[in-house]
Amino acid sequence: MSQSSVAHSTFSIEREYPQAAAKVFQAFSDPVKKRRWFAEGEGFIVDSFTIDFRVGGKETCLFRIQEGPVAGQICRNDTWYMDIVADRRLVTAYNMTLGDNRISSSLSTVELFSLQDKTLLKFTEQAAFYDGADGAEMRREGWRFLLEKLAKELGG
Amino acid sequence: MSADIGRIFHALSDNARRSMVEELSNGPLSVSQLAQPFDMTLAAVVQHVNLLESCGLIKTYKQGRVRTCELETTALIAAEKWLQGRKRLWERRLDRLGDVLSED
Repeated sequence: MSQSSVAHSTFSIEREYPQAAAKVFQAFSDPVKKRRWFAEGEGFIVDSFTIDFRVGGKETCLFRIQEGPVAGQICRNDTWYMDIVADRRLVTAYNMTLGDNRISSSLSTVELFSLQDKTLLKFTEQAAFYDGADGAEMRREGWRFLLEKLAKELGG
Repeated sequence: MSADIGRIFHALSDNARRSMVEELSNGPLSVSQLAQPFDMTLAAVVQHVNLLESCGLIKTYKQGRVRTCELETTALIAAEKWLQGRKRLWERRLDRLGDVLSED
């Protein structure tokens, strides 16, 4: 039997914000606000970002990475809203695509817990990473990039 | 997952093994081809190969008397994933969310 072509990964991150849950939730539902923290970031050029914030609605982000082995390639993040409970919960499914290749599909869950005037946010991602989506050339580049990073990590 | 990452990192912490992985990133090689640039016995090379295989970084297969080594993509995905990290992407995002929240 051939090797599995999918690697699975799950992680959670918790953050506490000194704002009310309604305000935190708004930063997910308001396209202008969400673009600022979700899409715009160091090393990314955002070409477009659109949100249709309703269950079954879609969010699309087109961007390019400035550095590394895939610099300049068009990346896209296609997100579908699976569950929305105002100020409490937001579940989405999203695909990451690099050029013509789908690299992963994920389920992501945002839970908001009110703590007096603060909010605890719990983010959980369950992802399937696809093998062979990167092509031989990119895999080689990926290895070079990985080994250089590793050398730095190890103080080499 | 994190235990596997630990083994992958241990395997890659050795200069010789890292060079072997670099060589193999250009394509499969036989054990003796892989041994060529190194000043060590074939037995020592085989030990490194076995360690790389046991943590899933490479796979080997025999054709007649020749044992061929090849990079294993699943381990690459796991290590790459860990390093370049979807998690770190989200950590940065959630830090920026904090900034956006405190701005207005």
